[in-house]
Amino acid sequence: MTGSLTTSTDSAFPSDHTFGDDVLVRVDNLVKYFPVKGSGLLARSVTNVQAVDGVSLTIKRGKTLGLVGETGCGKSTLARCIAGLIPITDGKVYFEGQDITNLSRQQMRPYRREIQMIFQDPYGALNPRRRVGSIIGEPFAIHKTASGNARKRAVQDLMERVGLNPEHYNRFPAEFSGGQRQRIGVARALALRPKLIICDEPVSALDVSIQAQVLNLLADLQDDFGLSYLFIAHDLEVVRHVSNSVTVMYLGRVAEAGPGDQVYDHPRHPYSAALLSAAPAADPDSAAQRQRIILTGDVPSPINPPSGCRFHPRCPKAQDLCAQAEPHLEPKAGDPSTHLTACHFPVEAGEDLARAGRREQR
Amino acid sequence: MGMVRFLVRRILTGILVMWLVATGTFFLFFTAVPVQSVARNLAGRSASPAVLQEVIRYYGLDRPWYTQYGHFLNELIHGNLGQSFYLEESVNSIIKQDLPATISVVIGGVILWLVAGLAVGILSATRARSLFDRLATVSVLAGVSAPTFVVGELLIIFVFVQLSDHGITFITTGYNALTAGFVPWLGCMILPWITLAIVQAAVYTRLSRGSLLDTLGEDYIRTARSKGLSERRVLFKHAVRSAMTPVVSQLGIDVGALLGGVIVVEQVFGLHGLGYQVVNAIAQGDQPTVIGFVIVASAFVVAANIIVDMSYALLDPRVRIS
Amino acid sequence: MSITELQYQASQVENAPAIAIQGRSQWQLTWRRLRSDKVAIASIVVIILMILFAILAPVIAHLTGHPVDQEYVNTGQTADGLPVGPGVHGFILGTDWVGRDLLVRIAYGARISLFVGLLTTAIATILGVTLGLIAGYFGGVIDGVLARFFDAALAFPYIVLALALASVFNPSLLIVIGVISFFSWAGISRIVRGQTLSLKEKEYIEAAKSLGAGPWRIMFIDILPNLLGPVLVLATLYIPTAVTFEATLSFLGIGIPEPAPSWGNILSEATGFYHVAWWYVVFPALALLITTLAFNLLGDGIRDAIDPRTERIFAGSKNRRNQRRNRRKGQGLSLDQAILVGQERDLTDGSPLPASEES
Repeated sequence: MTGSLTTSTDSAFPSDHTFGDDVLVRVDNLVKYFPVKGSGLLARSVTNVQAVDGVSLTIKRGKTLGLVGETGCGKSTLARCIAGLIPITDGKVYFEGQDITNLSRQQMRPYRREIQMIFQDPYGALNPRRRVGSIIGEPFAIHKTASGNARKRAVQDLMERVGLNPEHYNRFPAEFSGGQRQRIGVARALALRPKLIICDEPVSALDVSIQAQVLNLLADLQDDFGLSYLFIAHDLEVVRHVSNSVTVMYLGRVAEAGPGDQVYDHPRHPYSAALLSAAPAADPDSAAQRQRIILTGDVPSPINPPSGCRFHPRCPKAQDLCAQAEPHLEPKAGDPSTHLTACHFPVEAGEDLARAGRREQR
Repeated sequence: MGMVRFLVRRILTGILVMWLVATGTFFLFFTAVPVQSVARNLAGRSASPAVLQEVIRYYGLDRPWYTQYGHFLNELIHGNLGQSFYLEESVNSIIKQDLPATISVVIGGVILWLVAGLAVGILSATRARSLFDRLATVSVLAGVSAPTFVVGELLIIFVFVQLSDHGITFITTGYNALTAGFVPWLGCMILPWITLAIVQAAVYTRLSRGSLLDTLGEDYIRTARSKGLSERRVLFKHAVRSAMTPVVSQLGIDVGALLGGVIVVEQVFGLHGLGYQVVNAIAQGDQPTVIGFVIVASAFVVAANIIVDMSYALLDPRVRIS
Repeated sequence: MSITELQYQASQVENAPAIAIQGRSQWQLTWRRLRSDKVAIASIVVIILMILFAILAPVIAHLTGHPVDQEYVNTGQTADGLPVGPGVHGFILGTDWVGRDLLVRIAYGARISLFVGLLTTAIATILGVTLGLIAGYFGGVIDGVLARFFDAALAFPYIVLALALASVFNPSLLIVIGVISFFSWAGISRIVRGQTLSLKEKEYIEAAKSLGAGPWRIMFIDILPNLLGPVLVLATLYIPTAVTFEATLSFLGIGIPEPAPSWGNILSEATGFYHVAWWYVVFPALALLITTLAFNLLGDGIRDAIDPRTERIFAGSKNRRNQRRNRRKGQGLSLDQAILVGQERDLTDGSPLPASEES
């Protein structure tokens, strides 16, 4: 395996938080590299796409962890690693204290009832040739928990729960709108009463007016069933609305993590600050006052990431140290222990990065 | 450079395939049935005990199978395909005698079917949905449905018989060697060629038409046209060349079908070629000839596939690199 | 019809849209379109008639009073020992070279031909779909090996195999069924494999995996329903190929052994008599041609019913009009399709004819 492993070897979290009762999922230093094959008869892997390079996080029972970042930052890959859909290169995933890293399909089977996923594309996530009742009922069929009429009733019950008409049991996905199809996906995920639902950009492909409906549905279900969510999105406002805590990823690593309010109101990492400044603000007055922080440069490729802090080529505050040493993920500038940032020169209170950015460009 | 490596790889694969074929043939003919049956099969149905003994001695049938196998391979490598006890000739010489007829049929047939198929296909594509196209399409359908031997028989009834009944003897059945004169040779070859070509041409018409229509819709063709190139130039220099790749690649697959067609055509028209000989051999229980035919036919298929692959690589450079 | 042709036909339906209206599945829609296609309906009728003809062979023998292998030396042959023509002495289609009733023999021949055609296609389809799914889904080494195997099986000269087998073991029905099934499955496997390769990347497959579905479940319950279109077209088009191949083998003497009648061996006997007994050649040939033509037209019709955007061999004027309309609309959804509720296009990006080198 080429490419350097992360230098931060310690778990990001102090040991007394490790397997507390309220921790549902814990991810330790997860690494996922995709080999890039060279050409030729015996294709040897020349280099790796470092999709995820040392990410740690926890998801608490009944709570929602929001995961944000640009396209290509590795959040979808991370989600699939946690769900056990792709093999993990290094690091560990714990579910309710059990190590579920790289289990075989047989071993993973019981956990599949507890961890479910909702996908981004309402048109791709449902098999167009199967009837909706069959799609939603599939978990029951796979895990043999209900059959025949009992299954049908359970499916119709689920359909009602997510806001669909149970009489449409025999329809095909093509006959539903985008929002309804996401509901079908939710119903399918909900069937076996999982503990964790990983939502991979569940509303990104929907109209704004529909987004709210689906988000509300998810919130209701969380209350009713005590679900935990890993909510992945690139839209910050959506994430803010649903999450208890937020993790910001950049190029395969965690830039900043902490309770939602903390991160949104006091972003410490220049990247988070930049993201937030770019998000459309609801209040037009504050939007006019707010200066946008312009990031220079393009997003680097995950095949050959920058040394040290991966963000340094684009960071308005970058200095020599940033290119040499990778910053540790820890509380900065007097933040509470739950708010962690990986930055050598975090954003201080009242600091105006926009001006710093402009100064850079002069 | 890439082409040479490509060719070498293909040839090596071909040798491997021939070895597999030889091995399979050996096991089928020499071990699948008891030794006495093998001996009888090889000797011919009406063989006398003396001939049987000679057969056993010649092939070493009383030896263990691996010895026989070694002997078999050794003979093959030296180009010796065995002895037909029924015809009392070496298989090699039988094949040599029959080859000209078969080659005449094959080459003429293939050329005709390719030319007809491509020509009609190209014309159809360039005149899509015209009357010509429609007629072509309907005849394609008819051609595609008919088995070769039926076409042959019908041609005999409606062409040969009619012509000869009216005293026109140009078209004949039975084989006239090229060495005996071009016109008689042509006369005996025309109907077989047409028979072979009709069925296959239909397929290739459709294939080339479809492929050309697709290609003509591509952007780079539009670019060529907008550069002011004449339609004919656009067609032949650019479009046809890339439209031909699926045709060529399917040619490789159709070599097997070609064999079947040739055998049938020889039977229907009474041409004494390899196909005719082997069908006869089976009826007479003359196995060595059959074995010889299997080897030769497989070698032909392998060789044809190599040629087709090389043409494909010439047309499409991407193939050479992989 | 060659493999080329079959691949071409099947490739046309790989991108069929999966549209539904009011709970009607794609199949119901397909059937509706098929019903309105006159040529396809005519083909179905012809096929049904031919099947009836085959089933009723003993009845025909009884009605004419001529059992299938009864040689009528007096009434069934002329003074010179040649076959008699249609209508003579109660032989509706004439007789063959030993004086057997040709009509009855053709009817019994239909049994063999149709039986072989349908059975071998069924075997080939089951085998081909299963192997294609396995190759496409599991990928990796398994696919590498299987894909090469499919290519080899496609290019293999089956006639040579049939000759060799007939030489070692005498010609029999079993050999015929074996050889024909063997050549048919590879074409289906190839198409199925290509489709599977592109389908398995779909998100709903990922969703199934996340639910804990095992590979077999995913292959047969999730992927297979999306393949049935091309498979059905291909299977329908393989039937006449199988029938033709059996006829060819029998014609050469290495297929169905005497005295069992097959259209192929009847035609083989007829070769020596074409000058004097045209009916001996024409009637079996007609039977063969009609059957293969009907199946080919039906396959074409099914292909068009599944995906009206592709071009038909034999378009009636109404279909031509629809086709013009389809083509005008670019990506080609016809007007009635556009009105359907919740239309969806299930465009795969599998390439239709994989190059011979690398699939």
